[in-house]
Amino acid sequence: MSEEINQYIKSEYAAGFITDIESETLPPGLNEDVIRFISAKKGEPEWLLEWRLKAFEIFMEMEEPTWAHVHYPKINFQDISYYSSPKSMADKPQSLDEVDPELLRTYEKLGIPLHEQEVLAGVANVAMDVVFDSVSVATTFREKLSEAGVIFMPISEAVHKHPELVKKYLGSVVPQRDNYYAALNCAVFSDGSFVYIPKGVRCPMELSTYFRINEQNTGQFERTLIIADEGSHVSYLEGCTAPMRDENQLHAAVVELVALDNAEIKYSTVQNWYPGDENGKGGIYNFVTKRAVAHTNAKVSWTQVETGSAVTWKYPSCILKGDNSIGEFYSVALTNNFQQADTGTKMIHLGKNTKSTIISKGISAGKSQNAYRGLVRMNPSAEGARNFTQCDSLLIGDKCGAHTFPYIESKHPSAVIEHEATTSTVSDDQMFLCQQRGIDPEKAVSMIVNGFCKEVFKELPMEFAVEAGKLLEVSLEGSVG
Amino acid sequence: MLSIKNLHAKVEEKDILKGLNIEIKPGEIHAIMGPNGAGKSTLGNVLSGREGYEVTDGEVIFDGKNILDMDTEERAREGLFLAFQYPVEIPGVSNLEFLKASVDAVRAHRGQDPLDSVSFLKLAREKCKAVNLDQNFLKRGVNEGFSGGEKKRNEIMQMMLLEPKLCILDETDSGLDIDALQVVAEGVNSQRDPNRSFIVVTHYQRLLDYIVPDYVHVLAGGKIVKSGGKELALELEEKGYGWIENGAA
Ligand SMILES: Nc1ncnc2c1ncn2[C@@H]1O[C@H](COP(=O)(O)OP(=O)(O)OP(=O)(O)O)[C@@H](O)[C@H]1O
Ligand SMILES: [Mg+2]
Repeated sequence: MSEEINQYIKSEYAAGFITDIESETLPPGLNEDVIRFISAKKGEPEWLLEWRLKAFEIFMEMEEPTWAHVHYPKINFQDISYYSSPKSMADKPQSLDEVDPELLRTYEKLGIPLHEQEVLAGVANVAMDVVFDSVSVATTFREKLSEAGVIFMPISEAVHKHPELVKKYLGSVVPQRDNYYAALNCAVFSDGSFVYIPKGVRCPMELSTYFRINEQNTGQFERTLIIADEGSHVSYLEGCTAPMRDENQLHAAVVELVALDNAEIKYSTVQNWYPGDENGKGGIYNFVTKRAVAHTNAKVSWTQVETGSAVTWKYPSCILKGDNSIGEFYSVALTNNFQQADTGTKMIHLGKNTKSTIISKGISAGKSQNAYRGLVRMNPSAEGARNFTQCDSLLIGDKCGAHTFPYIESKHPSAVIEHEATTSTVSDDQMFLCQQRGIDPEKAVSMIVNGFCKEVFKELPMEFAVEAGKLLEVSLEGSVG
Repeated sequence: MLSIKNLHAKVEEKDILKGLNIEIKPGEIHAIMGPNGAGKSTLGNVLSGREGYEVTDGEVIFDGKNILDMDTEERAREGLFLAFQYPVEIPGVSNLEFLKASVDAVRAHRGQDPLDSVSFLKLAREKCKAVNLDQNFLKRGVNEGFSGGEKKRNEIMQMMLLEPKLCILDETDSGLDIDALQVVAEGVNSQRDPNRSFIVVTHYQRLLDYIVPDYVHVLAGGKIVKSGGKELALELEEKGYGWIENGAA
């Protein structure tokens, strides 16, 4: 009956509308002039322009990687526009009242809270930065946050206001040469969020950035940098959506996290880029580099719920540099129709007694392909390091694929590495049990899938756990008959 | 309550039910016995509308309605309950969550509002107690790691919560220890009601000492080959099925 189960699943993409707005969009093409243009648009200092140009040079020497278990036509980087901004943003609105109402309506439709009063009245205690194509539209609660000494602003602004921090940490975790898409990002990155939590401060609110691609033929190349100073604590969440378009669009982001001694960063992602239609037409190529450095006694926790994108290539990683530092990776990746995901993590143990935990839940439906790829490396210095990995795959129907590629390199005899993996299916028997108890087949599938993901959902901030559950339901929602 | 006339059904191109007739009135308990592979579980599946079980002839009227055109979930909401011979596990989905979804769906069908979580929890705890299951079972995944006997008691607990009109118990007694058998039987007996009927599928006459049937049927070769009162079960226990099957053939 797997055929029947399959028919209960269809993707209905609620965020697929287009915002009709005038924008200033650079013609397609990638060259030094484009980079100079972007840098000039943001009024960047000379050092940053040089840094971008250097990255571009490196990018031109590199080859597109082919090792991932994904297939897509070769990207022509000259067909993409690297900068697009709503025209109304040119006057740099100083407050929400000055922002184009059409833009605000977009976020309203997406359910993103931009009015501080509404947020305060609601349950979610969250400050937002919203990035629309290549620019940040608004950042809320900045005053409240600054009372605590927390800096939360677009990175383009941080370059001017906190140049010493940006200069010190930008590229310190993901250098220009790191990989093909990271090099591209270093060259053309447009906007993203910058966060600094001072020593000993517990960030009083959840911080969140919402990325939206709107314009046709553009790519989004955001850059996020989070620095948690000694003994501080922050929880950050990013979300992303894009309109339904027939052509593929590129999203190549870089996220760098720095957790200094005794600091803790919790980074959660709900990724819902347009996945393409049921025939595999359109959708976002999501090629992302996310990495964290954890210093002594620091803790970094990545939680991701990946339901969107046509192709996902993403490995949020931890470099456990300091002794006793902790890295965690909790992932739900759901693919449906013709989606392809190759995602996982790297845990690089350098410090003594470092610990990492990897819990990965892959769900494949339709004709999709879902791969977990993970590296656990215990360096010669990593005395007493430990890793636990659990990697579960759930198949819905018999036309999809699940793959696991765990790599283990242990160079210290005292290191302990445990790996568990399972593959299961949503069985006819389970469906029959649910239906015999009066439960709709759609509801049954989503309940079973949610149950499968439970261990990961409980790691999300509470407000978003509910959101993520709903998102899975929508991604799995289907028509009967 | 239930009227089955000349029911033919096949699975995977194989004819299993070949002209089965049963009439069940409200409040009655009918026991069905018969050799392995006779089609007893198939009957439960066909009545529940399980995918892949194709009715090729005959009719089934349940509570005045022809149910053969209804989906599985619709039949369930109409009050047809099947306690499984082999209850399946659903890891990660808590029993409580599952039961709430189930009870809410049935209530919605009856035009009732969903129960609030607190009242539901109270109700579910009560039913657990009735079948001697610890309350922890509500938190655990559906049948996840339950022992054979615990799974069967869990089925009866669900039946008590859903208050169906027709309960089909498929070998609910198999795998139960003596005490659990009594608990389950008491559970079933507590649900006896002039408006509720039972089909009890079993291989052992012992269960029928506790749950006393109004009728006993022998299902063999896809149809009812002999029917009688509760004393028929004793006769079967003594003589086996050979004498009937030979006579019927
Ligand atoms: N899904 C199926 N696919 C193929 N054959 C099936 C299927 N379901 C039932 N059968 C076959 O139908 C026949 C009747 O099976 P059924 O489970 O109804 O027997 P039963 O009377 O319940 O037996 P038991 O006493 O062993 O439980 C068997 O030969 C069985 O193999
Ligand atoms: Mg059987």
